Amino acid sequence: MAKLLIKNGRIIDPASQHDAVADILIKDSYIVRIGQNLHAIAATLFDATGLVVAPGFIDMHVHLREPGFEHAETIESGSRAAAAGGFTSICAMPNTQPVNDDATVTRYMLERARRFALTNVFPIGAITKNSAGEELAAIGSMKNAGAVAISDDGRPVMNSRVMRRAMEFARAFDLPVIDHCEDLNLSADGDMHEGFESVRLGLRGIPSSSEDVMVARDILLAEVTGARFHAAHVSTGRSLEMIAAAKARGLAVSCEVTPHHISLADSDILPYDSNYKMRPPLRSASDVAALVAGVAAGSVDAVATDHAPHPGSEKMQEFEKCPFGVIGLETALAVALERLVHSGKISLLRLVELFTLGPARILGLASRGRLCPGAASDVTIFDPELVWTYDVNRSLSKSRNSPFHGKTFRGGPVATVVNGAIVWRR
Amino acid sequence: MPAGLLGIEGLERSEIEAILNRAKDFQPFENHTFKRLDILRGKMIVNLFYESSTRTRTSFEIAAKRLGADAVSITAAGSSVSKGESLVDTLNTLAAMRPDAIVMRHGASGAPHFLARHLPTPIINAGDGTHEHPTQALLDARTILDQRPSLEGLRVAIIGDIAHSRVARSNIYLLSKFGVDIVLCGPASLLPAELAQIAPGVRLTYDIREAIRDADVIMMLRVQLERQHEAAFPSGEYFQFYGLRLEHLDLAKPDVIVMHPGPINRGREISSEVADSQRSVILNQVENGVAVRMAVLERILSPHGQTSH
Repeated sequence: MAKLLIKNGRIIDPASQHDAVADILIKDSYIVRIGQNLHAIAATLFDATGLVVAPGFIDMHVHLREPGFEHAETIESGSRAAAAGGFTSICAMPNTQPVNDDATVTRYMLERARRFALTNVFPIGAITKNSAGEELAAIGSMKNAGAVAISDDGRPVMNSRVMRRAMEFARAFDLPVIDHCEDLNLSADGDMHEGFESVRLGLRGIPSSSEDVMVARDILLAEVTGARFHAAHVSTGRSLEMIAAAKARGLAVSCEVTPHHISLADSDILPYDSNYKMRPPLRSASDVAALVAGVAAGSVDAVATDHAPHPGSEKMQEFEKCPFGVIGLETALAVALERLVHSGKISLLRLVELFTLGPARILGLASRGRLCPGAASDVTIFDPELVWTYDVNRSLSKSRNSPFHGKTFRGGPVATVVNGAIVWRR
Repeated sequence: MPAGLLGIEGLERSEIEAILNRAKDFQPFENHTFKRLDILRGKMIVNLFYESSTRTRTSFEIAAKRLGADAVSITAAGSSVSKGESLVDTLNTLAAMRPDAIVMRHGASGAPHFLARHLPTPIINAGDGTHEHPTQALLDARTILDQRPSLEGLRVAIIGDIAHSRVARSNIYLLSKFGVDIVLCGPASLLPAELAQIAPGVRLTYDIREAIRDADVIMMLRVQLERQHEAAFPSGEYFQFYGLRLEHLDLAKPDVIVMHPGPINRGREISSEVADSQRSVILNQVENGVAVRMAVLERILSPHGQTSH
């Protein structure tokens, strides 16, 4: 029986709206007690004076690349980077090789996670077989094996009828349907946001409308089917507007934003540097402002990284040739603090909610994302004032594709507790 | 000048003027056989062409040789490039042979800019994707200046597939720095509205007659079918609405000149009558290509040697 006593931290729990200094006692896999002047025999002590103690962070959008692309990332390396970013739970997207489209792959990922991961890993199953967009994947079996959602992330379901069937089926299993909303015909092999910068740089554009039309479609299908629809990495102001309106109408619609989409615009791109190439692309400055305003207005449910590792050999290429995606686990909290809290847009409590209770609710992780007796013993301890500089060459990820290399941040994680054990500390 | 020449956008006006003035010294005289100079004797220039281009590659080769440099040309077909070597690996290999400059043509926008961040060798952009083609804009400016006392106040119409044209971008940046009134014209699908903000003095029209009205210079662009991923205009209608025909010239200034970066598609963007007319300076452009590239090579490889000529 392992006990951990975290003393004198500023405990922030969005579920109870609790924000005060207290101690927290953990025994094995659950929280025993929260209160003043707690004592425990034979407990490991952690002095959290001056630090925030939050429920364990959940990143609902991570690419762990295993099985199939272990040269870019593994469940082990990805979970290490996650722990170093303060995350205690990460959701693995299904675009592996083979695609996680049946329970065998789901169980394989969970078994690898059990043996090698520092954090909890929750697989997300594919919507369609091989994410080819045609035939539904083994959704029910994957759910029974441990999948927490379904998504064809990166290869969005273009056929609206298939998407409708997926939503209908998923609804019966109470699984959220996560869509990477993009009309691939409108994107037409684009490399960056369509706008002034793409025209200037002579790169093919991905118009905002490619995201907006699919968000609109999915909202309509969610309404028809009653399914829970979650929009991944929303990048345009117009999409967020439609999502907010759908929520106001009472639909089961949710969404996430990434740290890079709320902090960088297309005009911030170092020309032709592939560390700024991701899908959806970095949008216009007005989209960035609209996303931040949307977070402040409560339209956004979660911050998720879309951590997408690619080895240097693949990213060190012509901009139009290199793959999309950036890593983000280690910088997510720092970027979010800077853009949302230090800028005065939202409270620290609200920020913690975006990293914890928000994603836990969407994924149905009832015992996570909260700090109360009986809850899972996942805790993230961070210092909102810590000044540190991100050196991507020291990243625990196997990949180095970050636009934040060399950036000095204010605020970052200090220690990560998963299932009652400190798995990472600064 | 910085280490190489990647584009016109970031170039100072004075730098452009210096190149254009120097290029005049390198223009051939009537009936004058060109003497080989020794300004760049002992220098090694690699021409690395990932896209085939007879005109630009030959022009750079001749420019290098006339200045006394050694030039080696490599085309993608038949080299390690076609064996799957990455761009960075190829360039590192070439750089290890210590050339004094690499002239590079590549189908991807920004390929030379990306390499310039990783290589010590000066890179001269001979056309990158749909981004820039700086020496083309310089030779176009030299050609205009052979016909007009200055660029200031001229009206220049650029007509065609602007969205996919590196020639257009470089010309827009250059002409704008000299206060030229620039009218861009093409089918709406090839003329994104953002182009109006790309540089001062630019406006857009979808009407070729409006574009040509009172123009001093008409620059026609090639219809780059190979760069279009889908039909951006109804097939068969291009020449009807955006092809330059003889009757259009009456709308322009009487002494209007017609330019084209080549190779021309007769009957697609320009009629044969116009291409072969007295108003056409297309062959002067080719001739100036060598002179301007000599000036560029000299400026990059022998910045202090200019008085030796």
